[in-house]
Amino acid sequence: MEYQTVRTTCTYCGTGCGVLLEVLDGEVVGTLPQKDHPINEGKLCIKGWSAHEFIYADGRLTKPLVRKGDKLEEASWDEALDFVAKRLLELKKKNGPDSLGCFSSAKCTNEENYLLQKIFRAVIGTNNVDHCARL
Amino acid sequence: MDKLRNYVKELLESGEITGFLGLIDDGGHPIPHLFTKEHIDRLNDLVVPDFRYPMTDILLKIVRKYPESTIGVMVRGCDDRALIELAKNQKIMSDLIRPVGVACSKEMAESCRCSQPYPREIHYGEKVEGVQDRSDLEEVESMDLSGRLDYWMGQFSKCIKCYGCRNICSMCFCDQCTLEDETLVMTGQTPPEIPIFHLIRAFHMAGRCIDCGLCEEACPAHIPLRSLYRKVREDMANYLGYVTGKDEYEKDPLEFLGSEGYEVPSKIDET
Repeated sequence: MEYQTVRTTCTYCGTGCGVLLEVLDGEVVGTLPQKDHPINEGKLCIKGWSAHEFIYADGRLTKPLVRKGDKLEEASWDEALDFVAKRLLELKKKNGPDSLGCFSSAKCTNEENYLLQKIFRAVIGTNNVDHCARL
Repeated sequence: MDKLRNYVKELLESGEITGFLGLIDDGGHPIPHLFTKEHIDRLNDLVVPDFRYPMTDILLKIVRKYPESTIGVMVRGCDDRALIELAKNQKIMSDLIRPVGVACSKEMAESCRCSQPYPREIHYGEKVEGVQDRSDLEEVESMDLSGRLDYWMGQFSKCIKCYGCRNICSMCFCDQCTLEDETLVMTGQTPPEIPIFHLIRAFHMAGRCIDCGLCEEACPAHIPLRSLYRKVREDMANYLGYVTGKDEYEKDPLEFLGSEGYEVPSKIDET
């Protein structure tokens, strides 16, 4: 018999509400609002209350996929990240920093979005930063 | 605090309980956790903060999976009232629950406007007197009928239909919820169909609501839900002489309306 709650941040939007995932015998069974969280102060919207529901969805992407030829193939994080880093540097060298851009996501935290624009502005050297709502 | 920790430790080590549902300090944040004999050291992080999680609601999730185990649970006055009602509604077996009582501080009792800020048995904290404050109801009652309707329709129209009031409620234990029944409440719109959505919940709280106020704390739209349910609770007491969460063996009058022909006291009038 094991029950614990795990503090995390809701993935549904960038507001960054604090949620507790309820884990009963290793299975995520529910979500609770974190009562002492400075953002949501113990409140959630309907999406937050349902934040655990997609975890066991069949269609959920749980591993990185790398396109090889016409096919997307499962890869390790190391392989996927190495591939992305290598290609970004190659393209920057060949076509200049403004040949690159990034789309961040409303489903990431505010801090994750900050990091993505930071890496594109400061490391890559471009202001081509946009977000998924424009896709 | 050490006394409380040792008490729970004894319950776990003696095998009297299989698990203890309390709050654990997680990086400065108290969160719900089931303490067990296997990880007894974690009791060092057992805490009693000045805010509440829906302990009995969480307890039900564990009891549903382990109906034959004896489980300890940290209870405040409100949680204890919930235990009484849950036992009455056959959701828990009182013999299999060991409530470990915490009395609320004066500050908490006042901020919760709690009429009974202590459980039946106290293992931690000092008992303070309850707060009798119905100023929220008096404010609404001072309005005339059309003013009252406007007031509530205004409040309900803020609803973003998060179902937080239902989700956090210890007394919302039904397998199927009327609020999600599309023949009764139109789906696919925000605010939900008003006032029916909120009135259904208010009526369902009759004979159930133990006046913990967690619904209002969870409402992102700041709807004074508790006042609504307090009124229903007060009506149950005034007209049917029934107070929820008081006596485990007293039957809910709404339970035997019908077959046993409960006679409604004559003092009910149109107001």
